[in-house]
Amino acid sequence: MSETANQKRDVDGDTAIDRHLEREYEAGWVTDIESDTLPPGLDEDVVRFISAKKNEPEWMTEWRLEAYRHWLTMDHPKWAHVHYPKIDFNSISYFSAPRSQEDRPKSLDEVDPELLRTYEKLGIPLHEQEMLAGVAVDAVFDSVSVATTFRSKLAESGVIFCSISEALQDYPELVRKYMGSIVPYRDNYFAALNSAVFSDGSFVYIPEGVRCPMELSTYFRINAENTGQFERTLIIAEEGSHVSYLEGCTAPQRDENQLHAAVVELVAHKNAKIKYSTVQNWYPGDSEGRGGIYNFVTKRGLCAGERSHISWTQVETGSAITWKYPSVILRGDDSVGEFYSVALARGRQQADTGTKMIHLGKNTRSTIISKGISAVRAENSYRGLVRISPSADGARNFTQCDSLLIGDRCGAHTFPYIESRNPTATVEHEATTSKVSDDQLFLCRQRGLDPEKAVSMIVNGFCKDVFRELPMEFAVEAGKLLEISLEGAVG
Amino acid sequence: MLKISNLHVTIAGETILNGLDLEIAAGEVHAIMGPNGSGKSTLAAVLSGREGYEVTEGSIEYFGEDLTALEPEERAWRGVFLAFQYPVEIPGVTNMEFLRASVDALRAHRGEAATSAVDFMKLARATCKQVGLDTDFLKRGVNEGFSGGEKKRNELLQMLLLEPKLAVLDETDSGLDIDALGVVADGVNTLRSAERAIILITHYQRLLNHIVPDRVHVLSGGRIIRSGGKELALELEEKGYGWLTEAAA
Repeated sequence: MSETANQKRDVDGDTAIDRHLEREYEAGWVTDIESDTLPPGLDEDVVRFISAKKNEPEWMTEWRLEAYRHWLTMDHPKWAHVHYPKIDFNSISYFSAPRSQEDRPKSLDEVDPELLRTYEKLGIPLHEQEMLAGVAVDAVFDSVSVATTFRSKLAESGVIFCSISEALQDYPELVRKYMGSIVPYRDNYFAALNSAVFSDGSFVYIPEGVRCPMELSTYFRINAENTGQFERTLIIAEEGSHVSYLEGCTAPQRDENQLHAAVVELVAHKNAKIKYSTVQNWYPGDSEGRGGIYNFVTKRGLCAGERSHISWTQVETGSAITWKYPSVILRGDDSVGEFYSVALARGRQQADTGTKMIHLGKNTRSTIISKGISAVRAENSYRGLVRISPSADGARNFTQCDSLLIGDRCGAHTFPYIESRNPTATVEHEATTSKVSDDQLFLCRQRGLDPEKAVSMIVNGFCKDVFRELPMEFAVEAGKLLEISLEGAVG
Repeated sequence: MLKISNLHVTIAGETILNGLDLEIAAGEVHAIMGPNGSGKSTLAAVLSGREGYEVTEGSIEYFGEDLTALEPEERAWRGVFLAFQYPVEIPGVTNMEFLRASVDALRAHRGEAATSAVDFMKLARATCKQVGLDTDFLKRGVNEGFSGGEKKRNELLQMLLLEPKLAVLDETDSGLDIDALGVVADGVNTLRSAERAIILITHYQRLLNHIVPDRVHVLSGGRIIRSGGKELALELEEKGYGWLTEAAA
């Protein structure tokens, strides 16, 4: 937030000293608590502290508290096909300021060489490597100026793209109207927790009839740092508008916080289209699965208006545990929901992911293409719900779930739930499970491809239907990412 | 080019090749014939480095190098090519990207630059025509949904593009109609050159009407029991294998 605030003041012509003074002032004004980091533990005071730190309106504080109180009445969900030790929510710190420059690595020489090798293979430019690895860089102004250019272009077309914290200050009514309307805090255990303690996230508003002039990427949003743990994203597409949003990064991201519980809400009004693409590559832990990120995410979109369209595309390769079901509620007549997913689990990773398509409107259509890849000792599950309600005359769904196994100690599971309460609906489900066979591998090697190149080629072929849905540059990176992720999975 | 001496090979403890000797010089075409279970396909597998075959005795020298010490891809880089008896499918990987990756892998080993997309496309299309495959096959997944004959033509396509030094064709003629057989034979004949050696593993003499071999060998019980010129194949066609295997037993 502070950088953005600074940037605004830059426009007003204020000096660096002014900014410094204001920052001191802000810190003193926001709260009477001196510390920037809370000790581990969660209670109502912690929730109030977070809200106060962010200078939130009172309704927001109250909403967080209601969410917290509701969370206390809930039980940790047990239905997913994942296993992990019980999470001690009181051992987590729910607010910490970004790491200071002194605490960071001084240069890339101090960064884990393995991480650097991966960056190199992905062809990431040096200054971006520094950013990803959290190196203390002087050239912050570079990224600020890039972001500024980016923002002014968006502002011309009336698009709002900022952090949730900023939106709460600048567009509180929009946030109040939509936040929690798609994913209420009562929805599930992790959504309730997120609602109580969310740190920050992105806010996007596309006005009526506007086609967003560029793909919005979290990468370009400054302040993205340290919002990862309990991130909250809200995207609103007004009538006839169009937006493509990219989340995440192909480069492996490290984070000291093991538990991640994000919430994403999308609203598409009449004739609007939202395309949401994710590449998730959080640290999966070591070969025994120690230290990896637990990623419990609630993502849901509402096709509110007629002929609205929401499309989720995800490539999931990271995290020790992935628990994630991007969903679409198809309320508007003739609205369209899509889910394209590649989930790769290797080592000791566990992924339980899929989608929910809730058909309410007439002639609503949904497509689900899920590709699960398991290697070494990983467990990969697809879990999907297709619900056709009595009002959804002429609704159609097509589901295709394919699993690919590499090696013989990994597992693939499919849990499809189909509830059709309308006789005019059509629901199709296709599922396959296959193995990267010795014969395929041998054919590739006989033609001169080394085993790793061969496996990555076979896996990329398997994922083709999903990669096609990704924005071009993302698709190329995703292919490379799979290749790197599969290194050492063969043999 | 290739010198196989006293080769013994077992699969899961069972002896399949039992003292096989074979020497092939550059420029030669050798046909290997023999009854079912005589070890013909095992020979192809061992030459190309398939897993699960254990060389217990003897040696395979290829340009003076111990071939058995090399990984399958290392053999491919050195010009060893196997046309598969049963080509597998690789769904979603287009023939085009597969072919180009193979060609570039071999070029990289020779220290040559990768092919340009446009040049390779032209070459691949022309080669498709040569083997009688519609160029649409380049866009399809490797062998995905191909008929038996199309798969064999696709093997030939790969062979022509990779320009091997030692090509081993494992029953490439089986299951082909007369027209397809002619196409395969023409393809193999265009590859014939002074620098190349070709091993044809086949059950049928008819292939050898189209590709005239320099030598014909009869494999039985894991070793070569008779070698001769092209006329040996005709003799086998007439008499079958019985007179040879009984004599050898």
